[in-house]
Amino acid sequence: MSSIWPQLEGILDDVQKPARYIGCEDGAITPKYHRDKVSWLLTYPDTYEVGLPNQGLQILYEIINERSDAVAERAYAPWTDMASVLRQNRLPFFSVDTHRPAQEFDVLGFNLSAELVYTNLLECLDLADVPIHTERRRPEDPLVIVGGHCTYNPEPIADFIDAAVLGDGEEVVSDITETIRRWKNSGRTSRESILRELATIPGVYVPYAYTPEYEKEELISITPRFPETPEVVEKRTVSDLTDWPYPKNQLVPVTEVVHDRLNVEVFRGCTRGCRFCQAGMITRPVRERPAKQVRTMISEGVRRTGYDEVSLTSLSTADFSGIEEVVKGTLDDSGCGQLSVSLPSLRVDAFTVGIAAELQRARRTGLTFAPEAGSWRMRQVINKLVGEDDLYSAVESAYSQGWRRMKLYFLTGLPTETDEDTKAIIDMARKCVEVGRSHQKSPSVTVSVGGFVPKPFTPFQWFGQNTEEELHRKIRLLRDEAKSSRGVQFKWHDSRASVAEGIVSRGDRRIGAVIEEVWRKGGVFQEWSEHFNLQLWVDAMEKHGLSLDSYVYRHRTEQETLPWDHLSAGLHKDFLWQEWRDALDAVGLEDCRWTPCYDCGACTGYGIEHVVASAQPPAGGSQGTGQQNLTSGSVPVSFSGMKL
Amino acid sequence: MKKIRVRFSKKGKIRFVSHRDVARIWERSLRKAQIKIAYSEGFSPRPKISFGLALPTGNESEAEYLDLELAEDIQENFDDLKEIQERINLALPLGLEVQKIAGKELRADSLQQVVVQSTWQFDLSGYTLEQAKKWSEGVLESSEIVVKRERKGKVVVEDLRNQVISIEVIEETEAGVRVQADLGTQPRTLRPSELLAASNPPIKARNVCRMNQWMLQGDERIEPLSINDAPAPSAQIADVTRRELNHVRTNGQASESRLNRQRVIRSTTKT
Ligand code: SF4
Repeated sequence: MSSIWPQLEGILDDVQKPARYIGCEDGAITPKYHRDKVSWLLTYPDTYEVGLPNQGLQILYEIINERSDAVAERAYAPWTDMASVLRQNRLPFFSVDTHRPAQEFDVLGFNLSAELVYTNLLECLDLADVPIHTERRRPEDPLVIVGGHCTYNPEPIADFIDAAVLGDGEEVVSDITETIRRWKNSGRTSRESILRELATIPGVYVPYAYTPEYEKEELISITPRFPETPEVVEKRTVSDLTDWPYPKNQLVPVTEVVHDRLNVEVFRGCTRGCRFCQAGMITRPVRERPAKQVRTMISEGVRRTGYDEVSLTSLSTADFSGIEEVVKGTLDDSGCGQLSVSLPSLRVDAFTVGIAAELQRARRTGLTFAPEAGSWRMRQVINKLVGEDDLYSAVESAYSQGWRRMKLYFLTGLPTETDEDTKAIIDMARKCVEVGRSHQKSPSVTVSVGGFVPKPFTPFQWFGQNTEEELHRKIRLLRDEAKSSRGVQFKWHDSRASVAEGIVSRGDRRIGAVIEEVWRKGGVFQEWSEHFNLQLWVDAMEKHGLSLDSYVYRHRTEQETLPWDHLSAGLHKDFLWQEWRDALDAVGLEDCRWTPCYDCGACTGYGIEHVVASAQPPAGGSQGTGQQNLTSGSVPVSFSGMKL
Repeated sequence: MKKIRVRFSKKGKIRFVSHRDVARIWERSLRKAQIKIAYSEGFSPRPKISFGLALPTGNESEAEYLDLELAEDIQENFDDLKEIQERINLALPLGLEVQKIAGKELRADSLQQVVVQSTWQFDLSGYTLEQAKKWSEGVLESSEIVVKRERKGKVVVEDLRNQVISIEVIEETEAGVRVQADLGTQPRTLRPSELLAASNPPIKARNVCRMNQWMLQGDERIEPLSINDAPAPSAQIADVTRRELNHVRTNGQASESRLNRQRVIRSTTKT
């Protein structure tokens, strides 16, 4: 293999932020190549700054490089200026570790954590000189394998990928590597043989091995083409995080990136059951890392990297049963207090504020909460069971302990939402400001609102998304309300982006042509407001005779085939449907960590269980714990780890 | 002794890292090397590190400087300084390397104030020896080199001629012809790329490397820290008349949200 560094060197003076392309991270591995080894290029198809911190990619990078039969390097999408300079100079898409052309790797692995990066996937393939359509690829071309949350509906990109991995990648990456190694060492002859073989690995979906059938315009089924191909592809789940203390050597970049700090994953999964939240649904069950291991990972990580900030990552981090031990222990270990700890996702209650107070002893500038909806009725619909009491006691305790600014996240365009519900968002913010007045001279609350996009494998997968006009109207409503409220700042996300996201989130294979069209028209970096262009998407839909109504705005029916019905995140479809019906009736559902199992399927189907160190619901908050209904701390759920 | 002056080089791939990022690398590397730095007082304490003149992104250097204040006194002897140097070098990324460390008198002027010129080497891309000689004579014989540039939305007209102190043609290289030039740094640094862009027709600078930085001691120019000296116990910090300066420099403080600002933030999975 060859490095294109000598050619790159000459052009890096001509692009913005050249440090994006040089690698040089602390923790980067020098790959040792051998012709029998399987080589992976792990790509995050967004900028280096956004992609480098991605934990999933870093975990796979280490696991693959620890194998004796494989090597892995990394790549990130070149910014538009770099892409044109590469094309001008006839240089290919390359790895940042040793600057090798992507074309020379056996596998191009893409992490897809957001739908709007799909056009960047095509851009990277094209720059790599790899045919963007899987059917055009020759045996010597790399295999294109994708992973990440978006792969729970890979149909819109089915034409471009050779395989998609569902669920945790830690174990399946080795299964894939071994399969490819055998194929490679036996002469790498036919593309079909490797695709068919990959399709038999649990957790691996090969679109080529399945045929969609339509009746008139409607998708009626997606079925296997080959006898050995499974009818349903089940996600992979790592049962115990203790076995996977990765990344062991978190990469420390030489240029500024997002989340530029030590990140330690404290648990995976979430059973709060917020009905809009795909991440929570598809990562069940909850698997905690032992507090002791977390502390070791922090102390070793800090020593190795020189970071002075550590973030405990997970969904709803305050639910981690070892939270107090870890926070106190870490702050004590660090001695002089030069180390700061942050929790990316705060629960809305006083207990959490207590933890935050512990964390931010000196700098109490802002706190962020996500009540997600303004009215209690609405929060029951979405099953974000934050009581008013919880919120205001959290806010009260925050202001009284010296915080001056509060940021509140909300969604609008939710099922059954009325204008009353929408306006309740600003009411809530106003009340927070009032609570703050008794403690601060000029308390301020920032309300940040996003338009809701329904996602696969959530109870809201049947919901017809609000139209762009409707979302926009709601935003205007909120903006007007906020204007007359002292101390309330209002921010919102572009509702046009929600439309494009809506097209791909629940699209089927026919959306592939739309993605390709948008890319051909120059629509890359659609996650970036300076490049996002809804018109490209609307035009492409029209050109291919596909309607926004049918793909985005329409409620789905119980009988119809969803494009992801042949895939499984473990969740029973009837559980999700029941949840959808309950949502419409504004009936909440408690967290199954502390109440009996509802048999959603995530544990029962795979013979695994929550791994939670404490059977006690977290102190001081009712959010979804259903504590109101419990008289004591004894809860009928086991919490030991794997079922034997 | 609490203050030390550090001379380091920046070479290879890491030359594409900006001055601001280099500052961040230093802060992290010092923590990694477990060198205890003094912190400023106040709401958000900052480590007391002051960086010398910024090096343009993409240029290499044999002579970058920074001053830092340690939290604890150290012995001003060769072994202690050597140990600090080794620890830092283990912590720095490949391409950044400390060449020398020396104690610094507490009240000496800052690097940005005392340095008056830099020696640079760079290649005139695609030039022959003859062309290079003609170019350098042209520059030295000219009475003015007027450039326009935009600063804070206004067009500023500047004459760079006084900033060009000497130019010497060295040899042919793969990229063209290598020259060495002494360029002024006050009131602001003249970059080789600027000088070449001001030529008619403009020349592309390749393989730019800062070789030395200079300050004045009486009539003589000396380096803030010379690597040729015997291991001096303390750097000689020249007493240079303070000049009127109007630095427009960033101090390495990063705004957290800067990178996020332009992104369309996704709406449904706030984790
Ligand atoms: S299977 Fe039961 S315990 Fe497991 S996540 Fe689903 S409802 Fe909760």
